[in-house]
Amino acid sequence: DQVLHIVPETFQQVQHLQHLCSTLLLDLWKPLLPEDIWAGEDLHIRVPAPLVEEVKDSLDQHMISYKVLIPDVQELVDQSMPRERSRHRRVPEGYVYTQYHPMEEIYQWMTQIQKSNSELVTQHYLGKTIENRTMYYLQISQPSDKTKKIIWMDCGIHAREWISPAFCQWFVKEILQNYKSDPKISRFLQNLDLYILPVLNIDGYIYSWEKDRLWRKNRSPHMNGTCYGTDLNRNFNSSWGNIGVSYNCNSEIFCGSGPESEPETRAVAQFIKRKKSDILCYLTIHSYGQYILTPYGSTTKPPSNSEELMHVAEKAAAALMGKYGTSYEVGPTSLILYSNSGSSRDWAHMIGIPFSYTFELRDTGTHGFVLPPDQIQPTCEETM
Amino acid sequence: DIDDIGHKYHLELVLEDVLDKDSTVNCTAEVLYHLGNKNIAPDVQFTIEGELKNTDEADNVFYNQIKSLEKELVAENIPDSHGNVSPEMEPIHLLAWVASGYVIWQNSTENTKFQLAQIKHVKQVKRSDEYLEFDYMILLHEMVSQEIIPWQMTVLWHPQHGVQVTQDSRQPKHASE
Repeated sequence: DQVLHIVPETFQQVQHLQHLCSTLLLDLWKPLLPEDIWAGEDLHIRVPAPLVEEVKDSLDQHMISYKVLIPDVQELVDQSMPRERSRHRRVPEGYVYTQYHPMEEIYQWMTQIQKSNSELVTQHYLGKTIENRTMYYLQISQPSDKTKKIIWMDCGIHAREWISPAFCQWFVKEILQNYKSDPKISRFLQNLDLYILPVLNIDGYIYSWEKDRLWRKNRSPHMNGTCYGTDLNRNFNSSWGNIGVSYNCNSEIFCGSGPESEPETRAVAQFIKRKKSDILCYLTIHSYGQYILTPYGSTTKPPSNSEELMHVAEKAAAALMGKYGTSYEVGPTSLILYSNSGSSRDWAHMIGIPFSYTFELRDTGTHGFVLPPDQIQPTCEETM
Repeated sequence: DIDDIGHKYHLELVLEDVLDKDSTVNCTAEVLYHLGNKNIAPDVQFTIEGELKNTDEADNVFYNQIKSLEKELVAENIPDSHGNVSPEMEPIHLLAWVASGYVIWQNSTENTKFQLAQIKHVKQVKRSDEYLEFDYMILLHEMVSQEIIPWQMTVLWHPQHGVQVTQDSRQPKHASE
């Protein structure tokens, strides 16, 4: 469809235009009625696509000059639509991985992913949040007669770190799209099972969409509902409450009323404890800062396998940098960042999981937690 | 360590132009954190090796844009929840960034790491002289405590005279809601 701009010069031209509008039922944008068309006055008409040629020919025949005001009305309409989420609510063939999605859509995405990849993916119940929402993880597992070691990855333990759940979703998509064609991935899946928890702190994530973009903790009520939220990454049973925490609910690093006081923490901890003899690697994804952090945060004493941990992390950082030049710092949290106890990564290592890492994704502070969507793809690609 | 005075750090850094990643300039600096009284801003001495880009043209475009507004500028949530900043708001965003740098400097210790997280609200204040004045409510993110701290700052700007923070005050946590 096009919109034409015409300034009729004579009364004959006006008559012809009025005739055209009424016989072809053209859409007058200005003026509204054919009887208000006057010589010397602006005329804007929308011409449906199939009639464009005919109308232009007719104008030419009658020596009526025109200009094309809008060459493609649909394009303009599409551009002015609010942030496209409504167009891509179809999942996942239409799922837009380069945009941030609210929890409702992530739940739908998980269901769809399992449906379209049922030979590889199963969705499992993990537990419930404090506000009684269900926590699900996805298991990506190639059928085989041998028991495989497990890599666990959770995202979104801190509500405001939106790039983190975006990464988990991206990761799943990448694996599923490429496991047949990419030899690395297919070898991976022959020997390892992947367990992915796309959003750990569901209540907090929803709260950051609806009420406070920079919310971090979960939504557990304290002090008679006058204060909310425990920092789930200070709530695990790893030197709980010792350092880098607050006992005050008003703080962003409030460690809760006791180790594993939060249902979200318990849901994850119980599961990992059960499977721990098979879990090779525990990954937890955060932002921002661009770090690959190794144990521990609660002490500067190095873990027993620190050389191996560092070696693997350094290789990962190098590979990451190879993609877009993004540099990540590698090392124990207590040395390169700050001290903190009760972190999930420390806890995973302490119960015997040999490889335990926290990834702090892009960036280094320019956008911080509010990373623009055009950085989702490069961040995810390099981290992959 | 400087006995009885504080801790001095010697830094070699590279400054990178946010708007032109290939444009870099070397810089050396000395930062002295004072012992004891944490209410004094750290001393900073620096030398820039080379010149910073001339920004006269962009400055004047922005200046004239604001001067020609019929009503005083008002805006909120820059960037928005998804990280987007509209092109018209980019200079307002950059101005806040520079001004917040001053506030951060004045409030930094060896145990803090501040970043500007978001502009919650900005309002232009009418002035009779040539300066532009903006009243900002910003959110600072402090890395160690993970706190989000609302901060009010009044910022003056002029193409030839640069940025000045004439007033700033930390706000109670719920001031931004």
